[in-house]
Amino acid sequence: MSTPATQTDTATTGRIGDSPLRPDGVQKVTGEFAYSSDLWLDDMIWGATLRSPHPHARIRSIDIGAAMATAGVHTVLTADDVPGRNRVGLEHDDQPALADGIVRYQGEPVAIVAADHPEVARQAAKKIVVDYEVLPAVTEGRAALDPTAPLVHPDGNLVRHLRIRKGGTVPDSAPVVVSLDFEVGMQDQAFLGPESGLAVPAEDGGVELYVATQWLHVDQRQICQALALPPEKVRLTLAGVGGAFGGREDLSMHVHACLLAMHTNRPVKMVYNREESFFGHVHRHPASMRYEFGADEDGRLRYGKAEIVFDGGAYASSTGAVVGNGGTMGLGPYRFPVVHVDCFGVYTNNPPCGAMRGFGCVQAAFAHEALMDELADRVGVDRIAIRQLNGMREGDENITGQLIDSAAPVGELLQIVNDLPLPPAPTGTRDLRDLPGGVANTTHGEGVVRGVGYAVTYKNVGFSEGFDDYSTARVRLEITAGEPVVTVHTAAAEVGQGLITVEQQICRTELGVERVVVHAKDTQVGSGGSTSASRQTYVTGGAVKAACEAVRTAILERAAAAARTPVAGLRLDGGKIVSSSGEVVAALADLLGAEAIEETVEWRHRPTSRIDPETGQGDAHVQYAFSAHRAVVDVDIELGLVKVVALDTAQDVGKAINPAAVMGQIQGGSAQGMGLALMEEIIVQDGIIRNPSFTDYLIPTILDMPPMKIEVLEYADPHAPYGVRGVGEPPTISSGPAVAAAIRQATGLALRRVPVRPEHITGTL
Amino acid sequence: MDFLQPRSWAEALEAKAAHPGAVPIAGGTDVMVELNFDKHRPEALLDLNRVDDLAQWWTEDGRVRLGAGVSYSRVIDELGDTLPGLAMASRTVGSPQIRNRGTVGGNLGAASPAGDAHPALLAAEASVEVASTRGTRSIPIAEFYTGVKRNALEPDELVAAIWVTPPSGPQQFSKIGTRNAMVISVAAFGLALHPDRRTVGTGIGSAAPTPRRAPDAESFLAGELDWDGRRELADSVAREFGERVRAAASPIDDVRGTAAYRLHSLSVMARRALAWAWHDYQRAA
Repeated sequence: MSTPATQTDTATTGRIGDSPLRPDGVQKVTGEFAYSSDLWLDDMIWGATLRSPHPHARIRSIDIGAAMATAGVHTVLTADDVPGRNRVGLEHDDQPALADGIVRYQGEPVAIVAADHPEVARQAAKKIVVDYEVLPAVTEGRAALDPTAPLVHPDGNLVRHLRIRKGGTVPDSAPVVVSLDFEVGMQDQAFLGPESGLAVPAEDGGVELYVATQWLHVDQRQICQALALPPEKVRLTLAGVGGAFGGREDLSMHVHACLLAMHTNRPVKMVYNREESFFGHVHRHPASMRYEFGADEDGRLRYGKAEIVFDGGAYASSTGAVVGNGGTMGLGPYRFPVVHVDCFGVYTNNPPCGAMRGFGCVQAAFAHEALMDELADRVGVDRIAIRQLNGMREGDENITGQLIDSAAPVGELLQIVNDLPLPPAPTGTRDLRDLPGGVANTTHGEGVVRGVGYAVTYKNVGFSEGFDDYSTARVRLEITAGEPVVTVHTAAAEVGQGLITVEQQICRTELGVERVVVHAKDTQVGSGGSTSASRQTYVTGGAVKAACEAVRTAILERAAAAARTPVAGLRLDGGKIVSSSGEVVAALADLLGAEAIEETVEWRHRPTSRIDPETGQGDAHVQYAFSAHRAVVDVDIELGLVKVVALDTAQDVGKAINPAAVMGQIQGGSAQGMGLALMEEIIVQDGIIRNPSFTDYLIPTILDMPPMKIEVLEYADPHAPYGVRGVGEPPTISSGPAVAAAIRQATGLALRRVPVRPEHITGTL
Repeated sequence: MDFLQPRSWAEALEAKAAHPGAVPIAGGTDVMVELNFDKHRPEALLDLNRVDDLAQWWTEDGRVRLGAGVSYSRVIDELGDTLPGLAMASRTVGSPQIRNRGTVGGNLGAASPAGDAHPALLAAEASVEVASTRGTRSIPIAEFYTGVKRNALEPDELVAAIWVTPPSGPQQFSKIGTRNAMVISVAAFGLALHPDRRTVGTGIGSAAPTPRRAPDAESFLAGELDWDGRRELADSVAREFGERVRAAASPIDDVRGTAAYRLHSLSVMARRALAWAWHDYQRAA
């Protein structure tokens, strides 16, 4: 009798907790990766879009004659050519795929053209003559609530009003009362890969759409409605996504390309250029906020009041859910005995706003963190101490009355960032690149003052308020060329965040198999839900884990039966079935032969519930994630230029499935939050975007973003798979307010608006 | 759109004469942006990249003749000591990729008030050599800019070179942008002290319809500086210089900045640049 071989746990690398290289990583850094804008078929033609020049106008007539007569043009389509219900939208289907009678924002699609060449299509679109009757426009969020304001939609300009009332009446006074008004400008996701895709007409009368998106199935639902086709005839496949950040949750060219493809019976490609991209997706809501906190003499909070107005622009998109987040988390991760919050989302004739990383919490954090600093100063304690005194703890109720039933390390995160070493004070001659203005040589140290600021946040993970938030995973195990191979199939969009790597890591961990193939993301498997709300590692990760467990159970049962041994104690490792004592019971290759084992699982997290419409009370969210930042800035107070010297952070991630990817999320999120504090703003005047280009919409460069010190905590959430907590959004929320606070400290100015412009610092508005 | 690709300077001039509407293109860092955003649709592009002479520089009669096709990267690497003001300005242009492609000649062709080279060229009192099949002429830099994105070129002329005298004194260049790299200027200032003739050169960018000098500030400062004794600069003189530079500008409000900020920042940049330049001058003694 031979000695059984033994198997150790280390046989499979790239499990959870490791940082395997992403399969698309080398391709991306070498320029080989195929993005949606690279899609190509030899017989394809090109689509172009004619957009409204007006924020609000009635369309009297559209003359497509000259455009149709242009050589090379295949078709020109308007609202009249939409076969189904000409309405799309994430939460409310209030947006026409092509304008039908009224345009409600500058850039609204009015007509589409297909032609042999993209240039021909663009020139033909310009030949379409649209007779507009310009209507009065409402272009400011608070003004939209005025009863005399022009109506953007017939039912009024209010999208949602969320009320939170807790702990009784707000006291008339408190020993310390602080208040402020705060404004946040319109940030753009500024993803680098423009909206693009390829629609291919199918022989069954349906259409195949290859597109860069965040949620294939919600796209499919809307396209089906507009095209009057059943889901089986609208088949979507994810194309290479060049960034998303919320801006690809809504439709862009999807319906247009499908319509053109079906009318011409040719594959149709559409790619927006950079300017069109600024009109092609929703932006972060500008916010106008009024806050008041009351506290004891020692700074302990007694009450919090807030009124938040989100300008949702012309169509609802996800404004309702942004109001939900901004309202329910609008006072930050603090303990308030008495709460009075009103959060509004309104329609205006500004560009539509919707999802963007941080989703309502970003705006509110600027206000509540500025107010906590104000409170600290008034009470005479330091800014860490005031937050630690009032910080939320595990076992607390938040302002909607929800029990915080896992880690809430507000105080600890602040302590960690406070204890990190500060950058040394500058000495001697300084490299220009380390100074505000950089090599533009505006200071050699003159006027430069250092400031330090802190901020802390908490953010929900996953979809909320009773939404049926699930993901589907299909996992298949088979033997290919003598080796066990796992194929994982989900529709969850990889937008650059690293989900494909995470799916592989989970499969390796659960099934002990080295080779994991990630199937193309498409609608041939059930919905993966949205790649947003920091939810995919949690929810699709949970689905993949559950599908792997189902496959594993089937395999182990089969092995146990074959070996006539109890199934308990058996495990999968290194392509083998191993007993509890480490003996190899069977090799997968022998056990499976030519057979495959495949399981499909629909997985849900704990349900959430709607909040009470009068009091806002309820278990609105499934999980909360916490982060804190400390920013150190050098401000040239004479010129108003800022150099962020350090932007250090601590974050609880529950469990770092892929530590390198976690670092990437925290660095990127922090940069995006910093960008909003310093420079990122779509400037809209009277409903017109003034800076639709990367010349004038500025995002941080490598000389703006300092190296970061990042401390990651792993307090497992017992309710989540592997204990994970969403990672992607919290850094975007707490970094910006920390930077703003640091600038306030350096300048002594109130600075109640972001982005902070040089004009604000120098008084030259 | 025609694409003309001359292989010599003579061919380029002939092509421009035959196609006065042709837009010259070298690095394409400005022209291609305009085309991509569909701002212009020229009848032809005149590609100057195959005209070898254009990308050369040499010294002649004590002056640098900088071919219109020399990239910003080469100005930085090869002329940092010889033309310090222009090299400082070149460092603030775009990204490394843009600096590898973009040329000083292109900046002149576009004649944007925001072009980074202009304030340095104005301060250095450069001149522009322009050519056509009719011949060659020299245009003093201050007369080259004639309006917003307009210059003194006739329709059949091309920029051949920029002539700059290596300085007899210190030069400075400062530029405001709302991020710390890769940004178009909100306001810019170039300064050159010319101790050999006891004059001062200035250049203002992004704060008027064209790049322009601040003549009143120049003559004021030239009279105040202690050229021989190199005594400390009075703070009041530096401030007055800043105020006079500011007074020479006539900026507008736009998405990049307010007129008030542009004026304010010019006064600060001018004051600081003067302090640095004077310090260099004192140390050079």
